[in-house]
Amino acid sequence: MLNIKNLKASLEDEDKQILKGIDLNIGAGEVHAIMGPNGSGKSTLSYVLSGKGGYVVDDGSATLDDVDLLDMEPEDRAAAGLFLAFQYPVEIPGVGNMTFLRTALNSQRKARGEEELNAAEFLKLVRAEAKSLKIDADMLKRPVNVGFSGGEKKRNEILQMAMLAPKMCILDETDSGLDVDAMKLVSEGVNSMRDGKRSFLVITHYQRLLDHIQPDVVHIMADGKIIKSGGPELALEVENNGYADLLNEVA
Amino acid sequence: MATAAKNMDATEALIAAYVAPATEGKWARDARLRALTTLRENGVPVRRDEYWKFTNPARLLEPVKPATILETSEASMFDDIDKLLVVFEDGVLLTDLSDDLTLEGVEIETLASAMSKDIHWVGDIYGALEANGQNPVSRPMAALNTAVATEGLVIRVTGQVTKPIALRYMRSGADTDVMVHTVIKLEEGADLTLLESGPAAARLNSSLEVEVADSAAFHHVRAQGRDHERLAATHMFARLGKESRFKSFTLTVNGALTRNEAVIEFTGDNAFATVSGASAGDGAYHHDDTVFITHDAMNCESRQVFKKVLRNGATGVFQGKILVPAHAQKTDGYQIAQGLLLDDDCTFLAKPELEIYADDVICSHGSTCGAVDETALFYLTSRGVPKSEAQDMLVLAFMDESIQEIEDEVLANAIRNRLGGWMERHRG
Ligand SMILES: Nc1ncnc2c1ncn2[C@@H]1O[C@H](COP(=O)(O)OP(=O)(O)O)[C@@H](O)[C@H]1O
Ligand SMILES: [Mg+2]
Repeated sequence: MLNIKNLKASLEDEDKQILKGIDLNIGAGEVHAIMGPNGSGKSTLSYVLSGKGGYVVDDGSATLDDVDLLDMEPEDRAAAGLFLAFQYPVEIPGVGNMTFLRTALNSQRKARGEEELNAAEFLKLVRAEAKSLKIDADMLKRPVNVGFSGGEKKRNEILQMAMLAPKMCILDETDSGLDVDAMKLVSEGVNSMRDGKRSFLVITHYQRLLDHIQPDVVHIMADGKIIKSGGPELALEVENNGYADLLNEVA
Repeated sequence: MATAAKNMDATEALIAAYVAPATEGKWARDARLRALTTLRENGVPVRRDEYWKFTNPARLLEPVKPATILETSEASMFDDIDKLLVVFEDGVLLTDLSDDLTLEGVEIETLASAMSKDIHWVGDIYGALEANGQNPVSRPMAALNTAVATEGLVIRVTGQVTKPIALRYMRSGADTDVMVHTVIKLEEGADLTLLESGPAAARLNSSLEVEVADSAAFHHVRAQGRDHERLAATHMFARLGKESRFKSFTLTVNGALTRNEAVIEFTGDNAFATVSGASAGDGAYHHDDTVFITHDAMNCESRQVFKKVLRNGATGVFQGKILVPAHAQKTDGYQIAQGLLLDDDCTFLAKPELEIYADDVICSHGSTCGAVDETALFYLTSRGVPKSEAQDMLVLAFMDESIQEIEDEVLANAIRNRLGGWMERHRG
């Protein structure tokens, strides 16, 4: 599914390398978690994979089902099945949430040569998904993320993910700013999408999300590199001892 | 006057280029003479003038050059809206393409026919609102219009009108030079929506004088001509009575040079006015909104909302003034002008002015200029929306604040559609 080899990336405007050789292989149906201290490059990895501007790839490769991601425009990566739930979802005044979702979904379908959904089909789908995430009609009508609380924004990300049904989902600190109930809703949303084929990369700072979304593999990232990988017990180790021991171990 | 001496030749040349009609009623003659005197005193606009620093008036004064004519099939607007349609070609009313000029609650007549009669109320407005608007800032192109215009309408509204009056300006050729002047009086409690659209002319000088009596409401939605290289100098003068409402919106896409002036005066308390515009230009495009709002009454609210999207070296100008004399307490004045620059070589110039002598007022103004928000663009594209479409969505969202000033959602959507079409045709 997602294969990352020796990926190195720098900031375009500064001579500063953030990703310093990432190797990561996520097979179909697997859930991987990345944990790591603030500033270790977790968000940068998600941005470089999804094609945000401002970064230069210095070396390495990233493929999704053997298709080279790094050469594609963000919209083509999306159509190829990649999805990023943002750490900080963007507010877009003047663009309706529904219009946005429908345009996104139909653009992807069009790019893949699939039939576009008409208004009624789309409405049916979005209502069903919104209901299970407790997103009300008013939120759907409002401009994208404008006036949404932190938790509402994160639920809106999961709604988009559910609607777009990508094959590779990256969740960047989706748990931050969520209360216990919202965390449950979001986790249920994610778990209901686990079908044995779809893969997930869950970036988180805390172990608690991994109680709800159980990972197959946990990676620890520090200073632009994956310094250790292991099973779910690695997350517990971080929870109990912090990152300091792990960092020392490697140093 | 010094300026008059400097521009005398140009002023006389301009006056000579247009022939004022000889036979007409006394009020018309008086208004024309007064306007000619004003024009001679102030002279034609020059770059040095305070309100022409950002816009070069030269092409408004030269012999007209042909404009590039676009498909006529694309030009018509407000087609699906139930309306009283009045069609002009080169400023002259075409009876066979127009509806009967009869509508309940309205008296409509051509300016030409009104000019020959002694219609008291027209004499009180024609050239009078314009004359009032010449101070403290002179508006020579409007004085010229009053002095020589023969085409246009006079409209008196006495009640609630059931459908809009839609003026559609066609043009016969690429080198037409047209002057129109319309006078509207809304009697107490009356209500009218006026629509304007169509290519009009290679060069258009239009003047609209509107008297809105107490508790009356005037709605105005205008889509200016889309021909490339066309020139337009338009003026709108409004006098607003107690508790009246005035809403004017203008969409401008294309055109080499557009100068839209709005001069609004509150004369009665508790009234409301908004002047707004959405402007979109690509390449040789210069668009100028110049607004002057005088709060000569208490507790009135005025809004100026202008949005401009510019690409390939296009220029947008906004000059907006709010004048609040000492007695105009409780004034609420809002003014925003924003430019969205799709290329580095575009220019957006804004000159907001507040002149406030009253102490109990709320006045705010803002002016910003920037590029498309890259973060928002990435968010949209990361969901699969192609970049060009994502950019259009963001531009339309940016422009929408001005379009939302239109009260009627059907009219607002007609404007959105036209702007959306323009965006699609002008992708980078
Ligand atoms: N656009 C940017 N401009 C400047 N510094 C950046 C930018 N993006 C990331 N960084 C820097 O790169 C490092 C990694 O950041 P980030 O990927 O956000 O880490 P994490 O998500 O693991 O907290 C940090 O030192 C951060 O300051
Ligand atoms: Mg981060």
